[in-house]
Amino acid sequence: MLFTSYGFIAFLAVLFLAYYLVLRKWQWGLLLAASYFFYAFAGLDCLIFIFLTTASAYVIARLMDRGHRKEAEFLDQHRAEMEKEERKKYKATQKKKRFRILLLGLVLLFGVLAVLKYTGFALLNLNALLGAFGAEKAFSVPDLLLPMGISFYIFQTTGYLIDVYRAKTVAEKNPARLALFVSFFPQLVQGPISRHSDLAAQLYAPHDFDRRGFTSGIQRILWGYFKKLVIADRILVAMRVLVESAESYRGVYVLLLILLYSAQIYADFTGGMDITIGIAESLGIRLKENFKHPFSSKSTKEYWNRWHITMGSWFTDYVFYPLSVCRPMMKLSTFSRRVLGAKIGKRIPVYLATVVTWFLTGLWHGAGWNFIVWGLLNCLVILVSQELEPLYAKFRKSAPRLTSSWGYGKFMAVRTFLLMGLIRSLDCYRDVGLTFRQWGSMLTVWNVGDFSRGVMTLGLDLADWIILLVGCLVMAVVASITAKTDLRERLYDKPILSWVIFGTLLIAILLFGAYGVGYDASQFIYNQF
Amino acid sequence: MEKLLEILSGLHPDVDFSTTTDLVDDGILDSLDIVTLVTEIHAEFDVTIPAEEIVPENFNSADALMALIEKLDEE
Repeated sequence: MLFTSYGFIAFLAVLFLAYYLVLRKWQWGLLLAASYFFYAFAGLDCLIFIFLTTASAYVIARLMDRGHRKEAEFLDQHRAEMEKEERKKYKATQKKKRFRILLLGLVLLFGVLAVLKYTGFALLNLNALLGAFGAEKAFSVPDLLLPMGISFYIFQTTGYLIDVYRAKTVAEKNPARLALFVSFFPQLVQGPISRHSDLAAQLYAPHDFDRRGFTSGIQRILWGYFKKLVIADRILVAMRVLVESAESYRGVYVLLLILLYSAQIYADFTGGMDITIGIAESLGIRLKENFKHPFSSKSTKEYWNRWHITMGSWFTDYVFYPLSVCRPMMKLSTFSRRVLGAKIGKRIPVYLATVVTWFLTGLWHGAGWNFIVWGLLNCLVILVSQELEPLYAKFRKSAPRLTSSWGYGKFMAVRTFLLMGLIRSLDCYRDVGLTFRQWGSMLTVWNVGDFSRGVMTLGLDLADWIILLVGCLVMAVVASITAKTDLRERLYDKPILSWVIFGTLLIAILLFGAYGVGYDASQFIYNQF
Repeated sequence: MEKLLEILSGLHPDVDFSTTTDLVDDGILDSLDIVTLVTEIHAEFDVTIPAEEIVPENFNSADALMALIEKLDEE
């Protein structure tokens, strides 16, 4: 069931009504039933995967939790008679036991994800490698089912397991409650990837109808639909032409693709998040924000602190930090300092962990070299910026007025926006070689004169371009206002203005939403990751 | 403490680490800085900071970080 389907709107209406009419203690049960009902539309096979994920996570988390309790009880009883070293040893042994259980859980969950998502990619590469060595036979590449949202719920669930292992949260005793945490339907399609300590208690708590919160949630849902249907899905039409006929659209059209895709993915992903967070808000549940005005970022590092925040923090907390501080990495740190000196040696483990993390981030986005190269290019930009930081600092010191000026700030933001857009175009062409050739064509093919004619061959007429431009302008203005103030909060005390604004928004969605003849309201881009 | 302040100043010479108390919350220390710091601490103090201890509360100030080092050394 697509978020953009009429069926989903009806489903939401019934859920909201039932949610505030049933006994409050049944609300979380209703949410679980609704989540499984929603997910069942993706196919019964998908239900099996999410059910098995929940069941394994339940057992693994409970086992680790029991380990924590046993350790605490044992230490309480024997603290007085144990030496410090003895206690240390006991704790280490218990931790090792819990780690083995955690490892089993991670292998199970990531194993399922790896098999379903990456088997085809691995076999294709193996076949290519064997072919290069003259092998005549090749492995047949199976077309495996990839359950909807599996990358998101597996990450959320493994995050939960690691948090239980680290005693940052307590294992759920009630399996049905854990099932709701794993399957909470608004975030099942494209995140945000929530932490158990942030979300679980809210899911199970009873919620009274709060007119302010409910209204605010509905307004945010509307805003999300505007971005998705009026902007993102309209751009999709042009993007298809630009990508499918890439060889005919080179030079200036590659720059157009970069700009259009930046607007599309922003409208699509943040629009989806608005719908997700809006639904949760209407149910009295606050989800973490996944975006904080990413296109205002002045550096790649800042951009990644503002874009898909929950994925970034997942990789930082559960991959980058553990990898950087694990024992082999500390040994490497000591070794590289001894051999290469402190200045260079200290960088080796940090940079190695960064490369691995970005490689995995790329791979998480999809089973393809374009995603891996995308991840590694992001990593390269971050590390080069890190190395150049002393130079930047010197520049800032020597030209303080210039570097603190409004214009310089905007220049840095535009530079970051274009750089990120350029790298992001690997998503579009899905072919590393083709993408690089297209980038090169921006320097070698001079077709600006042809632009006004060519732009009208992309499947959008003049009215569409005007709607797009106005839509993007509205999106930019709203983003700059919401960066400074809570717009919906301010509008709440101005009901007439509020009705006019959101009424206009609804009319704009109905009139200009890209679901008429020739268009299909499409799935969200991030749902495919 | 002096040794720690020296390491911190090496990362950001323009920051007064003896008084700042929102190093992570204010974005002065990012993840790359934190990991560099962990490896430097390992080299200087022979203390390994485990991943679960890498939380803003432990890295927001030099005092908090010193307390963490002492706690881990004690354990």
